[in-house]
Order: sequence, then structure tokens, then C-alpha cells
Amino acid sequence: MQDFINIGKRIPKMDAEDKVTGKAVYIQDLKVPGMLWGKILYSPHPHARILNMDTSAAERLPGVKAVLTGYNTPLIKFGFYKDNMPLKANKVCSYRDEVAAVAATDPDIAEEALGLIRVEYEILPAIFDPEDAMKEGALLIHEEHLGGKEKKPTNILNLPWRLVAGDVDEARKNSAHVAEDRFKLTWVNHCCMGTSGCVARFDLRNNLTIYSNTQIPALAQRDYTEALAAMGLEGKKARVIKTTIGGAFGSKLDTYAYEYIAILLAYKTRKPVKIIFTREEEFFATSPRQPAVIDIAQGCTKDGTFTFRDVRMVLDNGAYTSWGATTPSVMMMPISSLYKVPNVRYVAKCVYTNNTYSQAFRGYGNPQATFAIESQIDALAEMAGIDPLDFRMRNANTPGEVTPQHFNITTCGLRECIDVVAQKLDWRQNRGKRDGRGIGMASMIHVGGGARVYKSDGCGTIIKIDDFGTVNVITGATDMGQGADTVIAQIVAEELGVRVEDVIVTHTDTDICPWDVGAHASRTTFVAGNSARGASKKVKEQLLEVASRSLGENPENLDIRDRTIFSKLDPEKKSPLGKILRASHYTAGGRMVMAEHFYDPPNENLDREFKGNLSVTYAYGTHGVEVEVDKETGQVKILKYVAAHDVGRAINPMLLEGQVYGGAAMGIGYALTEQLILKNGKVINPDFRDYKILTAADVPNIEAVVIETDDPSGPFGAKGIGEPGLVPTAPAIANAIYDAVGVRIKELPITPEKVLAALKEKTK
Amino acid sequence: MKQTIHFKLNGEPVQIEAEPNLTLIQVLREKLELTGTKEGCGLGECGACTVLINGKAVNSCIFPVMETDGKNVITIEGLADVDGNLHPIQRSFVENGAVQCGFCTPGMVLSAKALLDETPKPTEEEIRNAIAGNLCRCTGYLQIIQAIKEASKKI
Ligand code: FES
Ligand code: FES
Repeated sequence: MQDFINIGKRIPKMDAEDKVTGKAVYIQDLKVPGMLWGKILYSPHPHARILNMDTSAAERLPGVKAVLTGYNTPLIKFGFYKDNMPLKANKVCSYRDEVAAVAATDPDIAEEALGLIRVEYEILPAIFDPEDAMKEGALLIHEEHLGGKEKKPTNILNLPWRLVAGDVDEARKNSAHVAEDRFKLTWVNHCCMGTSGCVARFDLRNNLTIYSNTQIPALAQRDYTEALAAMGLEGKKARVIKTTIGGAFGSKLDTYAYEYIAILLAYKTRKPVKIIFTREEEFFATSPRQPAVIDIAQGCTKDGTFTFRDVRMVLDNGAYTSWGATTPSVMMMPISSLYKVPNVRYVAKCVYTNNTYSQAFRGYGNPQATFAIESQIDALAEMAGIDPLDFRMRNANTPGEVTPQHFNITTCGLRECIDVVAQKLDWRQNRGKRDGRGIGMASMIHVGGGARVYKSDGCGTIIKIDDFGTVNVITGATDMGQGADTVIAQIVAEELGVRVEDVIVTHTDTDICPWDVGAHASRTTFVAGNSARGASKKVKEQLLEVASRSLGENPENLDIRDRTIFSKLDPEKKSPLGKILRASHYTAGGRMVMAEHFYDPPNENLDREFKGNLSVTYAYGTHGVEVEVDKETGQVKILKYVAAHDVGRAINPMLLEGQVYGGAAMGIGYALTEQLILKNGKVINPDFRDYKILTAADVPNIEAVVIETDDPSGPFGAKGIGEPGLVPTAPAIANAIYDAVGVRIKELPITPEKVLAALKEKTK
Repeated sequence: MKQTIHFKLNGEPVQIEAEPNLTLIQVLREKLELTGTKEGCGLGECGACTVLINGKAVNSCIFPVMETDGKNVITIEGLADVDGNLHPIQRSFVENGAVQCGFCTPGMVLSAKALLDETPKPTEEEIRNAIAGNLCRCTGYLQIIQAIKEASKKI
């Protein structure tokens, strides 16, 4: 192994000191002179026609500066299906529909004004079950939405999620064993500890600046620019400035009504307008994880070799469309490529209902699909009379493989992951006792080298060096707590021969930072890292060239170590970086040292059949868990948790472990406790008392095992790790529960009630 | 009707005029512009707003400001010294990877301080219980628990 100075080191997160001292500025903390407060009035019905609105009393309230509705604002269409608008006119289709908004000098006044707005509704029948909403003649959420070949009104979205490889029907006939099940996944909330919010302001020339929490500065900028055009402000500019982000996890991969409302209010009042969600709003008016009804069948030969995988899904789209509707594009990945499965078929339908609409959430559909696949693998292995460990090993992916979806598997540590988990759980010894204690495992695949979901998968970096040798890295990447800033600094420091503390990473302003497609697909370490590395190489070349003049040595003979440029031939010839820079700046005909680099990995867009090498490398992992199930109460207790991940290389093991612990803890919540409960479209548990995320008292100790496969395409060998920690958690736990007490729970979360009911059913 | 309240804030005496229905967090964040104290829920359910009152960790979002009269209040701004030297708990959070997005961090650090002031050598279970009211969505808590353990060795 190479000797690195900064790579592989447990370096603290760059902004940690600001955060532990309370100095970091979050959107909640931001105040702009003259700022007004915006508040939003939501629909009290899941489906209703707006007959009449009277905002006059609200407008008369002292301190109120503007009241906006869908009737007095320009139409802005947003969202990936362009079916949403900031303020709804004519009709509301869910409880989170925004019907009016107020800007006032004080948040309490704004709140009071909302109470003075009178809206008359005609309540319409509503539909909450996507399978009902699919039926012929079902009531329509959006009457104007046409679909299918005949272009008829329908609730089914025009999204052709369909992947076929090989011949599933034939393979099924030839299978010795076939398992068939239905799994159901429900909504869970991101629960970012910092709620959503933004501050929008216009300058005198009507250019917009918006302070936001976004994970997609460049794409959000485009959305806002389109909104400006819709407002009649064609050609005006949008600048996005990120404050410190209080958690994201995918929730900030889209732009939302509240942001457009803040923009509209700011334009109307020509004052900065701030909107901050309450925790209740955060629960009911942000977009949770995509729910799914999954029908899955998998088959194998007598000896436990996979023959086929056949999956059908119905996704509750809710009333509008965000990235939740595109999660099938990621679900395809485990369906086609987790283990070697020669014949694959996957069809998914997204259906409008009067429920809330969903978004990206760590894993982007992968946890949902993996829950079904990995839970059923244990069932299939049991039918075949094979230990599920052996079953997984037999079918595990290997380097050099091309999967049915045309993924080229390069480095692949899946077998190592399975193996280490089995060892740590003492698999052969502990499995199959059914004595209330049980062990289980589940694996995952995810994109490890970004993913070409847009036309570009690129990220830009600019590096410049000042008079004192301080390295300014200006990146397109977004740090939302995961540590992108630090990992980038380590990569640059390693490449340039400086210390991490010499590096300042700026990532907050679209007027300054280069372009990037966003913090999704666990791509930042890989893509922004490679981009930063590329820029570092260019800067280094310039540095050596500049130094060659002052040191009288050929650039090829120079190198940099610990902030000093030196000659490899004559160690006496050396000079500190800052001195070289100063000489360069203060000399007639001088130059500055600065470079940019745009890195776009050689990833392919999926073709019309949804095939293609989406990512230049893939990340693998296996989680293993030991549980104890109380047969009297149905309580599941986690006794041991092992999370093994093929990460390529750990650039910063401490931050990497943080991603694995955080992901797994979130995954345990997904498996056992978390559930956004919607009753006829209404969220009935919009607080932390009734929506249970894990506390410090609940979380088990997690052993993170890092498998390094040194990926040739990754920066210093690294692959992505942001999402993987959450992906296989729920099925690993479900499998352990089955091993403990012999019941298979197919709906998340696995609450004590569900376990008890299943135990009762079993003893019948 | 505004009332006058006196208390000690991070070691300094303060006097403020406030409507009696205000919570402590409102006074800290809005009136005194000490925004290190975070509001994650406003309902006493997440611990982001934790401050110390006479050494005890409390949720300032549901704590009536009137009740701070005559008391000793410590917020996150009061922990590091003026030269920026971090308190050992803060240092330990930084060094152990206990901080990701950081929104829970000020409250976590103060809950940890309340614990270590009373129980200098806590067991892991005592640590877990002491911060069980402080929700964190990013870290999975393990590095926070580790940071508090490490800090307890240094204080
Ligand atoms: S903000 Fe006070 S407990 Fe959540
Ligand atoms: S670090 Fe983000 S909530 Fe704790």
C-alpha cells in the first residue's frame, strides 16, 4: 500500500469547530435587514374545489405586507413532471396543498393573518389507495392528465418503467424452486434536525438571491431562473447561496413550493422574505420516502443458483410529482444486478392519489427494492434447503461480470463483505436455532462512481493559491454534513503536498462556485474528489513551472512536500510554497497560480430499455445482525450489528464510519420504528413523540468493517458511501427475526404488534 | 406587559425586558441574538435547544423566560473561552467525528456537560441516557457517545 500523508487519516470535519461552538449559520439563524416573514396556508381537505377566497381581512391586519393566492400570482409550473405549482387555484389535491401565503413583519402576525383568510371549498371524494386509483373509472386527481396509448384521462403517470433481460417466463418454468411474495413499504420522513427554509430577496434590477439549504445549487438555480421567466422576469439572474445545511438525506434534491412562495412574496413586497418550516410542517408538507407495493418472484435451481427475478411495483405517487416517481430507475439496479440473476423483469407504475408526494431519500428506492429481494432470498434458500449464507456466496457478484442491465462490474468486494459478516456473527454456530435469538444478513449494490441520471454527471473545481501558500478550493460539491469539504481538502492536500489546514474549501455560492449536478447518488467523494484531484494536478504543474525559474531547476525534477517545493536531485534547492507564490506575484510579467478542472465520469445514461453502464464502479456491502425477539411483547432487540462495506478506499475512516453508523441507524429506524402515518391523506403523527426515530438509548453498537478494493477509477481508489449504509439494514433485521422466531414480516416498520400478530398466526 | 428579568448568562449578568409569555429560546435567539441554541421542534421533543440552567440541561424552547430570573444560564456560546480554546467536550466532539450537519451539536454538547459535571466518569449507559432526549439524524450517535467517553477521561 502506498504511503499517504493525508489520505486514510481520521481528520476532523473542517467546519466541526464552528458547529460545536454554535457559530455555524443555518438558514434558521440568517437575518437580512428589512426581512419579512412568510407563512403558508394549507388545504384542510385532501381533495376539494376552491369556490371562493377572501383575503381582505388578512390584508388589513397591521404588519401584513402581502397576501398571495393562486389567483393573484403568475403560474409557475415546477417539479420533474411539471404538475405542481406554488399556490393552488381551482382545486386542492392533498392536505399539503398550498392555497395562500402571507408576508408580514413578524412571524406571529403572519400566522394570525393566515387565520383571517376565508376559503370556501366544495369537498370532493378522494382516493388514497394507489391500486384503487389505477382502476378503470377511478376518480381523477388531475382531470387534465392523459395517459396510455389512447391518451385517456388516467391517474397512472406516463413513466415507462420497464426493464427486461432474458426470458423470465421460460426461466420460471425451469426453476426448481420459486418464491412469491408481496412486500409493502410506507412513507418515512427525512427528519432533518434543521427544518426546511429559505430567504429570498431581489435587488433593484430584479435579480434574485436565494439563501437555501439545497443539495443541487446549479439545478435549483435553473429552476429559479425558469420561475423568474414565468413571473415575467425573463433574463433576470438567480443566485443561490447555501447556508450551513441542517441535514438533507435527499430531501433537498428538488425545489419546493415554499421556495417559490418566498420568491413571489419577495418580489411582491420588494423585501427579503424568510420562510422557515415548523416541525409539524416539516412532517406533513415535505416529501417523504417513496412508498411501494412490491410483488416479487425469484427462482433458483436445485443447487441454489438464481434462475430469474420478476418484480412488479405500484408506487403511490401522491398528488404531485417529485423524484419519488423516478425511484424505479434506481430500484432497477438491485433488481437487475444484486447477485447474478440471468433473467430479470421489472415493471413499475406510479399512480396519483390524494396522499402526500415523495422525494429522494438516502438510497433512492434501493432500500425498498432490496428489502423485498433480500427478505425473499432467505425464503427461497429455505425452500431449496440451502443455508442463506451459501446461497448468497454462490450467487454473489464478481469482478469482470456484466449484469443483465449492462453494468460492468469492476472492483467488487461483495464476497469479502458476506464472508466477514458471517465470521463476525459466528454464522454456522448461531444460525437456525429458533430460540428467540436469531441472526440474519442482507447485501446491497449501489452506484459507487456517481450515476449519469442527467445528461451530465460532472463537477467543476477551481483551485488558486495565495501569497501565503493557502490553497483555495472552490468546488461545485455540496457539504450537507457528510464531510465533502474535508474529503476534498484531503485529496487536494495529498496531491499538492500541503497540509489539510492549508486548504480552504468554498462550496456555497453559485456566483462563485463551478457547476455541479448535485449531491445525489453518493457521488460527491468520487466525482467532486476526482474533479478536485484533476485541478490539483494542473495547479501543481503550474507551481513547479513557476518554481523552476526561482530555483533554477527543471520542473520534472521538482516536487512538493509539506508546503515546500524542492529539487529531487539537490535537496538543498528548496523554497516554501508561499515564497514561490510571492515571487510570482511580485515579479514583472508575473502570473498567478490557478486552475480549473471539470470531471465528468465515463458513466452512461440508461438507454430506452433502461440498460447501460450507469456508473463506472459500484459499491457493495453486507449487513449482519443478531436479534432477540420477545415472544410475549413482540419487541425486537438488536444484540449485534455488523456493517461491512466495499468502499474502494477510505479517504477518511472517521467520516466514513460516520456515514455507515448514520445510515445504519436510519435504516434500523426504517426497519423497526419509523412510519409517517397517513389517515385518509392526513399525517396524524407530525411530531417526534409519535414519529419515532432512534435515540441514543436505542441505537445498538455497530461494527463498521471497511473493505478496500482500491478502485482504479476512484480518487485514490475511493467509491461512494453516502447511501449504502442504509440500504440492506431492514432486510438483514427481518431475516434475523425470521431466524429467531420463524415469522416473516413483509411490511415495514416491523412493529411489536406486527411480530405478535405473525406469531399468533403461526401458532394457529 | 413587559417585565424585567435578571439572570447570569454565560457568566455575565444580564437584564432584559420581556413579555412574560416568551420562552427562553425566543429571548436567546431573537433578543440576544445568540443563535448557537437551535430550535428543532419547539415542543420539547428533540433537545436541539438544550441549555444549562443552574447546571441542569433543559429544553429552552418550552422553558418560560420568567423562570430564569436569578438563575445561571449557560448556552453553547459560553463554553469555549474567548480565545477560541474549545471546552474539552467540544474538542472531543470535533476529534471523534461526533459532528455531521451539526444542528443537534450545541444541545448535545450541553447535555454532555450537564452529565459530566455531575458524573465525571459515566458508564456508557449513563451517557446514552443523558443524551437520549437529544435527537440526531446524522451520526447514529455512536461517535457522540465515544466523544463523551473520551472527554470524560480528559476532564
Ligand atoms: S427545540 Fe426544544 S426540544 Fe426541540
Ligand atoms: S449531526 Fe446532524 S443532527 Fe446531529
